Amino acid sequence: MTMLSRLKRDLTMADAARTSGGARVDLLLVSEMVSPGAKVLDVGCGDGELLRLLGEHRNVDGRGIELSREGVNECVIKGLAVIQGDADTDLADYPNDAFDYVILSQTLQATRHPRVVLEHMLRIGQHAVVSFPNFGHWRIRLQVALGGHMPQTDNLPYSWWDSPNIHFCTIKDFRRLCEVSGAKMERAVALNAYGKPLRFNAPWWFWNLFGEQAVFLLSRRG
Amino acid sequence: MADVGTAPDSSARAREADEPRNSQVARFSSNRPLRLDAGVELSPFQIAYKTYGALNADRSNAVLLCHALTGDQHVASQHPVTGKPGWWETMVGPGKPIDSERYFVICPNVLGACMGTTGPASTNPDTGKPWGLDFPVITIRDMVRAQAMLLDELKIDSLFAVAGGSMGGMQALQWAASFPKRVCCALPLACATRHSAQNIAFHEVGRQAVMADPEWRSGRYLIENANPRRGLAVARMGAHITYLSDAALHRKFGRKFQDRDNPTFSFDADFEVESYLRHQGSSFVERFDANSYLYLTRAMDYFDLAADYDGVVANAFRGADTRFCVVSFTSDWLFPTSDSRAIVHALNASGARVSFAEIVTDKGHDAFLLDEPELLAIVRGFLDGAAKARGLNSAK
Repeated sequence: MTMLSRLKRDLTMADAARTSGGARVDLLLVSEMVSPGAKVLDVGCGDGELLRLLGEHRNVDGRGIELSREGVNECVIKGLAVIQGDADTDLADYPNDAFDYVILSQTLQATRHPRVVLEHMLRIGQHAVVSFPNFGHWRIRLQVALGGHMPQTDNLPYSWWDSPNIHFCTIKDFRRLCEVSGAKMERAVALNAYGKPLRFNAPWWFWNLFGEQAVFLLSRRG
Repeated sequence: MADVGTAPDSSARAREADEPRNSQVARFSSNRPLRLDAGVELSPFQIAYKTYGALNADRSNAVLLCHALTGDQHVASQHPVTGKPGWWETMVGPGKPIDSERYFVICPNVLGACMGTTGPASTNPDTGKPWGLDFPVITIRDMVRAQAMLLDELKIDSLFAVAGGSMGGMQALQWAASFPKRVCCALPLACATRHSAQNIAFHEVGRQAVMADPEWRSGRYLIENANPRRGLAVARMGAHITYLSDAALHRKFGRKFQDRDNPTFSFDADFEVESYLRHQGSSFVERFDANSYLYLTRAMDYFDLAADYDGVVANAFRGADTRFCVVSFTSDWLFPTSDSRAIVHALNASGARVSFAEIVTDKGHDAFLLDEPELLAIVRGFLDGAAKARGLNSAK
């Protein structure tokens, strides 16, 4: 497939992929990285969809932190062990190795100190799972380079002035963060615009250009 | 304070301390003393309690409700002294979040109170007269120890849940700390792991108001047939303000005059808010014992969960399997959200499973007692989830 035809297909295909069951593909991918029965902390758990999935499909002991009060209360009403809290300040309260997995799903770019958050995740959990929108995706590059404006996409619908996302990064950038934070990459998956994983043996530059989202499974190095 | 109440006949209420109406009573004879933190034994003693619903065959569906400072066991049924509905009817009953068709609900009157559980208004068996200030000073932990003896009596090894707000929340926390194996889930609402200096200060003002009333008679008013109703009413008025919020008082009363269009240029209750507080004070003294008020406020003051665990609250919950549901209210300045957050931080540090929600309301500390739809939904959802995990049937 030529790059041009790929571009065309990306432009014509619809928005964020969901399975027939309605679950978001990126969440399913995250949940596949978690071993069954594990103890899991979901940082920025929103309305609890991932925790629900993890409970149903992986039988995990799940906990969550969520910044928005509405999200928290919705989760607690569902019977989920979720507390109101801030990834930037509240991870410090958790003891070392309290969880098997600490998940940061689509939240990294909204934290004030991504490196501190990632290092806490690796301290609190045996593993960290991080999913984020790839700012290196060609559509975003095009909007900045040719459109001359901050990018807006279906998954990132905010205007620059009201966006909660203050720390965007590309897949390449994130790999650099992993290096400086002492994180070992155990698995990485990039999803294209319709939520299909890109070829695992594709080079990083290819992922960085065609991955709309990325999911990394990390552990502490050494 | 002309309208603080006139009826001096408190004998009905005094009788309630020994022979409570519409309640069950567990009596613990001298071979089963209650060891108190003060270093003495209380014996014999009794616990008055109410139950709603039925215990299942596994004896696994019991929910213990712990009442607040001025509450009692009449949680979801008519109060025998005031004739008013129970204090938590929005929360407890058939089909309610704490569903008496699903759970066996037990609400005991706390140790030191005056509605049938042994307290300063009860008869001291050694003298045949009310205990008064001879009653030993008690703690939240003593209350919980007594409740554990009640559960032994009822042959309930483990509670499905223990829940309460304010002083009741302190008891719920103490339960989880003292008897982690006996508590499947705990719901400490609008409370803290320790009483703050400001709260101790408010309590001290209340106690001084009681003790400044000459009718208090150095605590011997029941023996001398007196009643420090004015002192207790003032204590209640002051405390009641702390249970509300500036916004709620403004919404309810504003600066409205009471049954008049202009100020009277006197110290009469010109304002609605004054009249309301006076009513709160006078109705309270009809159902509450002044010495009980001293003892229970003292118990709250002494509460500091960390003190028993090397100053670290998290140690109190280490290794516990208990699920926690912590709730605070935005306008509660008596037990502000920061207090609840401290509980949550400690629970996180101990690895406990905890849900925590802050509810937006202008109703202040008392919000936990009121019809707050979000609170009701949260308690229902939390208990449903925990009940599933415990294998409790959804309906009987």
